Amino acid sequence: MKEPVDVLIIGAGASGAAVAWSLAETKMHILCLEQGGWMNPAEYPSTGRDWEAKFFGEWSSSPNIRGRPEDYPINDDNSPIKVVNYNAVGGSTVMYTAHWPRLHPSDFKVKTLDGVADDWPIDYDALTPFFEENDRMMGTSGLSGDPLSPLTHPPMPQQPMGLSGAIVGKAMNKLGWHWWPSDTTVATMDYEGRARCINLGHCTPACAQGAKSSTDITYWPHAIRAGVELRTHCRVREITTDENGMASGVVYYDKDGVEQFQPAHVVIIACNGVGTPRLLLNSASSRFPNGLANSSGLVGKNLMFHPYAQIYGYVKEPTDSNRAPPTCLWSKEWYDTDLSRGFVRGYGVQFVRGAGPVFEAVISEQKGILPWGEDHHRVFRKLNGHRLGFSAICEDLPEEHNQVTLDPVLKDSHGIPAPKIDYTISENSRKMMDHALARGREVLETAGATDICVNSPIPWGGWHLLGTARMGTDPARSVVNEWGRTHDVKNLFIVDGSIFVTSGGVNPTSTIQALALYIADQMKQRLANLFD
Amino acid sequence: MSADNLTRTQRDDLRTVAAMIIPASDAYKVPGADDPAIQADILATLGRDTKLVAAALDQLARLAGGPFAELDADRRDAVAQEFRKAGGAAAATLVRVVLQCYYRDDRVLRSLGIEQRAPFPKGHVLPDGDWSLLDPVKARGGTLRRAP
Repeated sequence: MKEPVDVLIIGAGASGAAVAWSLAETKMHILCLEQGGWMNPAEYPSTGRDWEAKFFGEWSSSPNIRGRPEDYPINDDNSPIKVVNYNAVGGSTVMYTAHWPRLHPSDFKVKTLDGVADDWPIDYDALTPFFEENDRMMGTSGLSGDPLSPLTHPPMPQQPMGLSGAIVGKAMNKLGWHWWPSDTTVATMDYEGRARCINLGHCTPACAQGAKSSTDITYWPHAIRAGVELRTHCRVREITTDENGMASGVVYYDKDGVEQFQPAHVVIIACNGVGTPRLLLNSASSRFPNGLANSSGLVGKNLMFHPYAQIYGYVKEPTDSNRAPPTCLWSKEWYDTDLSRGFVRGYGVQFVRGAGPVFEAVISEQKGILPWGEDHHRVFRKLNGHRLGFSAICEDLPEEHNQVTLDPVLKDSHGIPAPKIDYTISENSRKMMDHALARGREVLETAGATDICVNSPIPWGGWHLLGTARMGTDPARSVVNEWGRTHDVKNLFIVDGSIFVTSGGVNPTSTIQALALYIADQMKQRLANLFD
Repeated sequence: MSADNLTRTQRDDLRTVAAMIIPASDAYKVPGADDPAIQADILATLGRDTKLVAAALDQLARLAGGPFAELDADRRDAVAQEFRKAGGAAAATLVRVVLQCYYRDDRVLRSLGIEQRAPFPKGHVLPDGDWSLLDPVKARGGTLRRAP
């Protein structure tokens, strides 16, 4: 039998890395189990001539298409938005756009302000120091002073505006609408051992330069140096409990596929909004027949994705195409509730710089704007290198019927039941998406774009996995308390996006990590009576 | 499964439909997608797509009532249009593998004015831009919605 560890963290992605690093100063024995392995940047797509083709196969953002041994299948047939993620040390920070907005202060008080959903049990101010700490650890770039965003202090200057940014900026100015250079986790100068961005192109599927921040190159080296143990290729099947209803450890499969039991005094789940409810539901026992920490019945419920409404077109001038990180500007013009628009809450916008030639050809052929035959070459030259995009990240409100359950048939390579997604886009979200598409069309037309196309929702746009083990003070209406501890199991914590109460209208990783650091801080402050 | 699983007839049909998707052009000084080097690239890198591409070629042969490559030009056009109209994952995969190999061919990239190299390690240079464009946004200001 293995020696018990003080703290066992499941998942080495955005939140698992942050909580591991923060807790390391306690000098407790901390172990992290990660189902994936360490990535090798020398094998990242941008190192090869076939870099774009890889996005359609082994570097697809969908685990179902990618099908690496480290991935688990997800039945998302009953959802118009498909789940995307990455399983490795660094988790989905290996494969993300590095766009880095935070939730706004108003996002924590949705019920009070707008009468919908629920307020969070904590407010923005509680997270402020952890946003700042996280920005320093992840290394952010941006321009301080955006009048419509929370004040940030990025340690590096913003990304270049580029050709695409200038076209967008001029169009937005003509319309009198807000825009601002995005905060990102792309290093614009050498930073903490990371080389500056050299514009390899679309950096979503990993950065060979190491300029894009992912936790395998930010938090993890520090955490390991501080004594945290990270065991890779270890897939946790279930969390076990003892006769007192406390978590006693986990059963996992090691890199050789051998079943192991690892006892632990504290268990922290950091598996994202799909992996976390899957694990809790797979940890059902006679004492917890509906799944672990699920006395509220809310484990897996209230899944929020952020439906993306995307519209793009083609301008006469050249755009940055694939010669830059994909996003550089945002807009918060439509972020706050304005009931005259016909919906409650709002959306953030990220502007997309363009596409590479293969992506342009494949997608435009599928959209029917790139013909077969004689005219193919002329039309392709009109499209390629001229794309400009507008993507609205629409706030998804929590609805219990949007959920993660266990698929009765589908299993992963270890025989562990896979997650099943049931999700529909609400009427409010539809109205919001339509509003965004209309505004996006105005922007594109003002910029002189033609051949305008729409993806609404972006089908493979389920990047943000939120809400399935929500935070709250009422054990009947939430899964974890206001500092991340499950109501039902007093030595079990959750630190990933599943604890979000509402989703806001921005990419969530910054807030996920700030929450993880906040929870780690709460744990450190309560070490003497953590289980009371 | 690899391209070795494709029959000679299927390879002929693949070459024929590829040329219909992207024919050679003297005006742009580019080969068609039936070019031997591009076809060799397609076959060498089919990999995980082989099964769906084979299914697409079977679909094409069914629509043609025999080898697609052996049809006369008018009939080929009609079948190709039907194939494209029917769509589906297999057809989309076939078209995608043709396009992804075509648009990484040196001659094609040269014609498009794109450097023939991997993005790493050279990267690209991006103009910093004129940040005075932000002045109207700064002048307009605005306030963040306050939380109670």
